[in-house]
Amino acid sequence: MLKTQAYNTGNDTVCFDEMLRADFSARECYRTLFEWLQRQSPSGIRAKQAEADAIFRRLGITFAVYGAAEANERLIPFDLIPRVISAAEWRFLERGIEQRVRALNAFLHDIYHRQEIVRAGRIPSELVNGNSAFLPQMMGFDPPRGVYSHIIGTDIVRTEEDGFFVLEDNLRTPSGVSYMLENRETMMHLFPELFAAHRVAPVERYPELLRQTLQSVAPSGCDGEPAVAVLTPGIYNSAYFEHAFLADQMGVELVQGSDLVVEDGALWMRTIRGRARVDVLYRRIDDAFIDPLNFRPDSMLGVPGLFDLYRAGRVTLVNAPGTGIADDKAVYAYVPDIVEFYTGEKPILKNVQTFRCSIAEERGHVLEHLEELVVKEVHGSGGYGMLIGPRSTRQQRADFAERIRANPGNYIAQPTLALSTCPAFAGSGIGPRHVDLRPFVLVGDRVRVVPGGLTRVALKKGSLVVNSSQGGGTKDTWVLED
Amino acid sequence: MLGRTASSLFWMARYMERAENLARLAQVGHRVSIIPDGMGGYREDWKATLASAGCLPAFEARGAKLDAATAQNFLLFDRAHASSIRNCLENARNNGRAVRTALTREMWEALNSTWIEFAAIDPAEVGPGRMVELLDWVRQRSGQLRGAMLGSLLRDEGFHFCQLGTFIERGDNTARILDVKYNVLLPVNEALGGERNQHQWDTILRSVSAVGAYRYFYRDRLRPRQVAEFLILRPEMPRSLRFCCDFIAPSLGALAEMTGGGAASLALGSALAAELRGTDLDTILRHGLREFLQEFLGRNAAISGALATDYHFD
Repeated sequence: MLKTQAYNTGNDTVCFDEMLRADFSARECYRTLFEWLQRQSPSGIRAKQAEADAIFRRLGITFAVYGAAEANERLIPFDLIPRVISAAEWRFLERGIEQRVRALNAFLHDIYHRQEIVRAGRIPSELVNGNSAFLPQMMGFDPPRGVYSHIIGTDIVRTEEDGFFVLEDNLRTPSGVSYMLENRETMMHLFPELFAAHRVAPVERYPELLRQTLQSVAPSGCDGEPAVAVLTPGIYNSAYFEHAFLADQMGVELVQGSDLVVEDGALWMRTIRGRARVDVLYRRIDDAFIDPLNFRPDSMLGVPGLFDLYRAGRVTLVNAPGTGIADDKAVYAYVPDIVEFYTGEKPILKNVQTFRCSIAEERGHVLEHLEELVVKEVHGSGGYGMLIGPRSTRQQRADFAERIRANPGNYIAQPTLALSTCPAFAGSGIGPRHVDLRPFVLVGDRVRVVPGGLTRVALKKGSLVVNSSQGGGTKDTWVLED
Repeated sequence: MLGRTASSLFWMARYMERAENLARLAQVGHRVSIIPDGMGGYREDWKATLASAGCLPAFEARGAKLDAATAQNFLLFDRAHASSIRNCLENARNNGRAVRTALTREMWEALNSTWIEFAAIDPAEVGPGRMVELLDWVRQRSGQLRGAMLGSLLRDEGFHFCQLGTFIERGDNTARILDVKYNVLLPVNEALGGERNQHQWDTILRSVSAVGAYRYFYRDRLRPRQVAEFLILRPEMPRSLRFCCDFIAPSLGALAEMTGGGAASLALGSALAAELRGTDLDTILRHGLREFLQEFLGRNAAISGALATDYHFD
C-alpha cells in the first residue's frame, strides 16, 4: 500500500527520514520493514489499528489531558508502524547516555556538597544557588551509593544520519516507560511475523532491572531483602496507570501517602497484618509534596516526617529530592561543560544549540530572531508555555518579546530543529511523521539502559510537537541486534 | 496486603453486587408496572421498589413526583444518588482501579469495560423498550466480574475480601427485600386463603431471581411460608441469608488464619452463621419475622464494621 511518490511530509522543509533516502531506497535497518509495508493493504492495516486501539482501551491505558475535565481519560494514540534503530546506532546512543547520566549524577553530588564546579568558575553560582529547583535541605547529605537520579528519561532528537541531540534530561520522575512495554506487547500480539523477520532486542526485562536497581540503593542499615514500594498520588493522576503497572510488574506494593507512616525511626505501610517496613520508596510525586512537615504544608499526598527519615539514612527515596536542578532548562545549556568537568571526556551526545536569555548578547540575538527560534520557559514542560517562531503570529512574538524582557532568566531559545521522520499510519495511507525518542536509564549499582524507549510521534501532518498533551502519539521502538 | 487494598477489594465487590441487585429490583418494578390491577390501572408499586433498594428516604427527600420515569432514572442514572446503578458501577471500577495490581487482568477488563460502556449510554435514549435489555446487561456484567474472579484470582487474602463484599451485600439486599414485604409472608395470609397475595410472593421471588428455583425445589404453588423459608434458611438457595452466612463465616475464618488477626469479625460472623443453621421458620415466626430481619440487618452491618477495624481499612 505504500506509494513512495506520495511519501512526503507535506511541507517544504527537507528533513532526514529514518526509512527512505532521497532516492526512495530504504536505509539498511528498514529494508525488511519497507518491503513488508509495500505488501500490506490499507484495509488490513486499518483492521490491525482498530484491534490495537481496542486492546489499549480495554486495558485502561488512559491519560489525563490537563484543562479538559470531560476528557480526563483520553487514549494516547498508538501508531502501528515500528521505529527501527540499528545496533550500531544504539551502541552510540547507549554510550552517550551513560556518559551523560553519570556526569549529571556527579554534578548533583557536587552541587549538594562542595560545589567544585562553581568554585572552578565553570558555571555561575547564581545558576545553582539562585535556582528554585535547588534544594538547600539536601546540602551535605550522601544518598546510598552516591546516586541522586536513579531513573532517567533522556529525550533525544535526530536531524541527520549521525545527528543525534539531547533535547532534555528528565531526572525527576520521568514517565512513559509503561507505554514502551505495552506498545511492545501489543506489537508482538499483532505482528508476530514481523518479529520473526527481525532480531528485535527485548525490553520486557525493564521491571526486573528496575527492581534490582531499587534494591541496590537500599539504606546501608537494611538487612535482608530490601522492601520496595511505589508511591502514587492516586487514581486521578495522569500517570496512575503507569504507577500501578510498574508496581504490578515488579511485584511490589503500590501505596498512597495515607498508607504510609513514619514511626520508631522507620517508614511503614499499613497492612491487614499491621505495619510492614519499607526500605526503598520509588515515589512518583514531586519534591514539594513528599513531606508536609518539610515542604508544602498543604500536601495531602506525602508522609509527615519522610524527609527527616531520608536524611537520617533510614529509607531511600528514588529519585532523590532536588534532582530537578540538573534538568533545569537554564542548566541544560551547561551540560556539555558539566560532562567535560566530571568525566574529563568530550560529550558523546550533543546538546541542541541553546540561547540563554539571561545573558545580554544571547538575549539580543533571540529577540532579533524570534521568527526562527523556539522559545521555552525554563521551568515549563509538556509543550506548554512555548513559542514556535516559524508558526507564530506577529502578536504572539510581540507578547513573548515583552515577557522575555520582563523576566529574561525565565527563558531560553533554540533553533527549530528539522526533526527526523519515520513512517506512520495516517488514516488514508503511510506518510513520514516527525519523531523523538526517550530511552529509559536506570542508575544503581551500575548503569542499565534498556534497548529501546518511547518514540513519540507528531501524528498531524507536518507538525513538530510530539507531546501527547498536544496530539502526539507513540510507537514501538525496535533496536535491532547484530 | 495494604489495609486500603483490602478495603477497596471489599467495596469493589459490594458495589458490583449492589448494581446487580438494583438491576433486578428495577426489572421487577418495571414488570409490575405493566400488569393491570383489575381496577382500570396498573399494579405499579415504585414505592416498594425504592424501599427494597434501600433508597426510598433519599428519593423522598427530593420532593419529586414518584412515577416510572423518575424512579427508574433515580435507580439507574442519577449522579447525585449515591447508590444509583451508575454510581455503583463507577465506584466499583474506581475501587478496582485503586488496587489495580491486586486484580487479575480478566477482572479489571470486566470492571473497566462495564464502566466505559455504561458511561457512554445516554439516559434519554433508553426508552421502555431498551430498559429491560439494559438491566439484563448490568446483571450479566456483574456475573462476568464474579466469573473472572472465581476463575482467575489467587485464593489469598484478596479473594476473601472480595467474597465478603459480595455476600455481606447480598445478605443485606435479600433481607431488605423481605423486610419491605414481610407482612405478606406472615402465616395469617395463607390462613386467609391468600390467592390475592400470589403476585406479591411472585414479586419477592423475582427480586432475587428465584421463581424457577422455587418451583424446581418445592414442586408446589407459591406459599408464603415456603417463600420465607427459601429466602431465609435454605442452604441451596444462593441468595438466601443462610447461604450468604455460609460463605461469610469461612472467609472470615480463612482471613483470621492467614493473618493471625480478625478475632472480632470472625466471632460475629461465626455466631450469625451458627444461629441460622440452628434455627427453623417456626422459631423465627414466634420471635417475629420483622424483628428477625431487622436484627439480621444490624448484625450483618456489624460484621462489615468489625472487618474494617480488624484489617485496618483506614
